[in-house]
Amino acid sequence: MTSFRPTSAAEVAEIVTWAAAERQPLEIVGGGSKCGLGRANRPEHRLEVAALSGILDYEPPELVLTAQAATPMRAIAAALDAERQMLAFEPPDWSALLGTSGSEPTLGGVVATNLAGPRRVRAGAARDHFLGFAAVNGRGEAWKAGGKVVKNVTGYDLCKLQAGAYGTLSVLTELSVRVLPRPEQECSVLLAGLEDEAAIRAMAAALNTPHEVSSVAHLPAAVAARVAGPAGAGGSLTVLRLEGPGPSVAYRAEALQAEALRQGRECHLLDHASSTAVWAAIGAVQPLLARTDSVVWRVCPTPASAASVLHAIQAARIGAEGFYDWGGGLLWVSLAPDQAGDDCGAAIVRGAVAAAGGHAMLLRAPDPARASVPVFQPEPASLRALAQRVKSGFDPVGILNPGRMQEGV
Amino acid sequence: MLTMPVPDGAVLSRRAEIVTALRRIVPGEGVIDSEEERRVYESDGLTAYRTLPMVVVLPETVDQVRRVMRYCSEHGIKLVPRGAGTSLSGGALPLADGVLLGMGKFKRILEIDIANRCAVVQPGVTNLAITHAVQDQGFYYAPDPSSQIACTIGGNVGENSGGVHCLKYGLTTNNVIGIEMITIDGEVVRLGGKHFDAAGYDLLGVMVGSEGLLGVVTEVTVRLLPKPPGARALLIGFPSVVGAGECVAAIIAAGIIPGGMEMMDKLAVQAAEAFVHAGYPLDAEALLIVELDGCEAEIDHLVAAVEDIAGQHGATSCRVSQNEAERLNFWAGRKAAFPAVGRLSPDYYCMDGTIPRRRLGDVLARMKQMEGQYKLRVANVFHAGDGNLHPLIMYDANQPGELERAEEFGNDILRLCVEVGGVLTGEHGVGVEKRDLMGTMFDDTDLEQQQRLKCAFDPDSLLNPGKVFPQLCRCAELGRVHVHAGQTRFPELPRF
Ligand SMILES: Cc1cc2nc3c(=O)[nH]c(=O)nc-3n(C[C@H](O)[C@H](O)[C@H](O)COP(=O)(O)OP(=O)(O)OC[C@H]3O[C@@H](n4cnc5c(N)ncnc54)[C@H](O)[C@@H]3O)c2cc1C
Repeated sequence: MTSFRPTSAAEVAEIVTWAAAERQPLEIVGGGSKCGLGRANRPEHRLEVAALSGILDYEPPELVLTAQAATPMRAIAAALDAERQMLAFEPPDWSALLGTSGSEPTLGGVVATNLAGPRRVRAGAARDHFLGFAAVNGRGEAWKAGGKVVKNVTGYDLCKLQAGAYGTLSVLTELSVRVLPRPEQECSVLLAGLEDEAAIRAMAAALNTPHEVSSVAHLPAAVAARVAGPAGAGGSLTVLRLEGPGPSVAYRAEALQAEALRQGRECHLLDHASSTAVWAAIGAVQPLLARTDSVVWRVCPTPASAASVLHAIQAARIGAEGFYDWGGGLLWVSLAPDQAGDDCGAAIVRGAVAAAGGHAMLLRAPDPARASVPVFQPEPASLRALAQRVKSGFDPVGILNPGRMQEGV
Repeated sequence: MLTMPVPDGAVLSRRAEIVTALRRIVPGEGVIDSEEERRVYESDGLTAYRTLPMVVVLPETVDQVRRVMRYCSEHGIKLVPRGAGTSLSGGALPLADGVLLGMGKFKRILEIDIANRCAVVQPGVTNLAITHAVQDQGFYYAPDPSSQIACTIGGNVGENSGGVHCLKYGLTTNNVIGIEMITIDGEVVRLGGKHFDAAGYDLLGVMVGSEGLLGVVTEVTVRLLPKPPGARALLIGFPSVVGAGECVAAIIAAGIIPGGMEMMDKLAVQAAEAFVHAGYPLDAEALLIVELDGCEAEIDHLVAAVEDIAGQHGATSCRVSQNEAERLNFWAGRKAAFPAVGRLSPDYYCMDGTIPRRRLGDVLARMKQMEGQYKLRVANVFHAGDGNLHPLIMYDANQPGELERAEEFGNDILRLCVEVGGVLTGEHGVGVEKRDLMGTMFDDTDLEQQQRLKCAFDPDSLLNPGKVFPQLCRCAELGRVHVHAGQTRFPELPRF
């Protein structure tokens, strides 16, 4: 096994050109924080791009930041923080979940895995903020797409394709992302004691108010206590987040609380600091971190069906715990490793989500399991064939993270 | 003028046979054969370009679309999808040897799902009809191109259309969560749905903005948003366009993302005022319309902040709308800016470049010089928040050479946009209009990579050929792998 450590895009191109000619598969590594994501079949060589680091251009009023692909997220957050700006899609910190606290998440990794935090319901995912890039394709050619302005439809939107492609199409070397002002104020309204079904309805109702609720999560009683901070008194917690200018947040928080009281619900208010802390914990999947060996699924069901999906999984008695983010659009499920079975519960989880539509990713499982169980939801044959043709259009001999998403892709 | 691919004589000679075959798939008036009726479809919103399509097909069912596509694919016949034909870049320009596939009959709203905050609609539903269908329940569909009464959601997907509210609420791509599409060989593929994100590659994201080159969209699932409880607009006059631009930057630097932020230069202001009497300040060199939406508390707070910033940046006038009628009146002038400029001149040509906002001053100064050089006037309207310029070049197509001059002027403006770090098109698409300028933004490798994506969807280049790319796709050649084992040296690089 060889590790390549290029220091420029030109060197990346040189390495990939060689790898393509020799049919030598490469694993692309930025900071290494997401090596545990995706299917676990490690290619022969590592292409470690960590040296491609640094912010290249950032003018806050333009709302655009350009950086080299392996720029650590910490450096990006610090630069944005100094200008009271942010990445609105709020990339969550999965280091505890994945057991990778020692390694640095990078911008390229965040985009390549299309991360999105709790603000997803309002602000979208990495894909929605990815404006342009330079990359090296599987032929070893340096190329680019998109632009460095916030509005652009010149050519196909290849940013969308790169985001979430897990490095299987091209090696990103430089990225431009949209940035936005950080909200001046934030608070959260907590509803206590709702059953899952009622919570799903309450979350939908909150999102359907004009109060611009920017994140909505529900933590069932079994896991709510694991989130430090909110006084839960042992019951479930439904959290509604508000952000914006001070007077606006105050007004909307008042309105949401009044509505909750009118419905006879117990509710509390979390101030700015506690609210930020709770949402960071939810983004980091903290409610399911009680065990480090559990199998974790990241399910994207049709939001209104989320409670029935979790209940179907729990009814299969595989020691399932779960909680809801994105108003039900994101369902995190952990399974006891000894009860999940050889397929890590794939048949049960995917069976449950199939009814109302959606998909499930096996996010955390031991390497052998992630090599044998499809990590990403298998696609219908026609779509799979199309995806394979797309892959060969970028990486004809299949050397860039081959098999990381699916066999043959 | 651009040239389109030379029509294929062999296909043209089989025209009668093709029409008959299509009639077997789409009965009755769904296949349009007569020259007179085909004329209706000869151009889209880019009216300088006209081509009579070989035949027009207006299917009514997904199965018909599928069979038409399969027929075209089996017989090597080109196909151009069309929604309402309002594209400003010639995306729906027909081909003389191609089938024009009009999706206008797909007009049904299939489902409104408030619990999941989305609606499932057919592609021929107009943009505004979606909002109309859900507004009683307090919702709307956010992207609002000025053409929204006429343009279809299928066309919006094709072009990734924007509107005056997209700085805050996003373009089509941020508001479409699922589609059903048919590939050129007649396969039905569903991408996305009511749930978030995709299990595999984000092909939905690629379909949005693909200008009809990758597949035909037969169903669209859009995200619905609750209507903001209120909105107020400010009408702010400035003694210079540069001053107005600096004010825009300061508003954003203050952490404010307005619901809408539009700028017009003096000529555009005067044209709009003469047309709709919106009460615009005629002495201003530039006018800014800033709309702030949300709850009253938020609007009060932000209006005060924006008034302050405008004052600090030398605004000569500043009016805040006092009621809904006045707010709509402020917008009426902006929304009618294109037709208003159309009254000043027999013809106008609408450009659509985006620039980094900090370069606005230079770009406008250079545009002024070009006005002298090309002896044509320009009125400017911008989506100021995102730097998307719409220079409207006024010309008279009846004067020999003026159209060509207007086009060359437009091309120079777009080259300038790219030169200062911007892009050729912010929301109208490349189509035929900017096709031959793609090389100013992308090199051959970039364009080949884009075309290889096309090859994955449409290997024989039957869908909307002649658009977007300066060269026709040669998939066999593009797919070839030239490198061979043993001939490339091991990289002389640090390795471990
Ligand atoms: C007065 C005026 C104002 C405008 N204002 C704006 C504006 O503010 N913002 C903006 O973004 N645009 C604007 N436009 C441009 C235009 O309205 C948009 O591009 C619109 O989305 C086109 O929709 P359409 O239904 O007319 O599509 P068409 O013009 O018919 O087609 C557009 C493209 O999409 C493809 N297509 C259409 N339907 C399908 C389908 N079902 N499947 C696959 N491909 C398909 C076509 O092949 C073509 O490439 C304006 C146009 C006019 C005339």
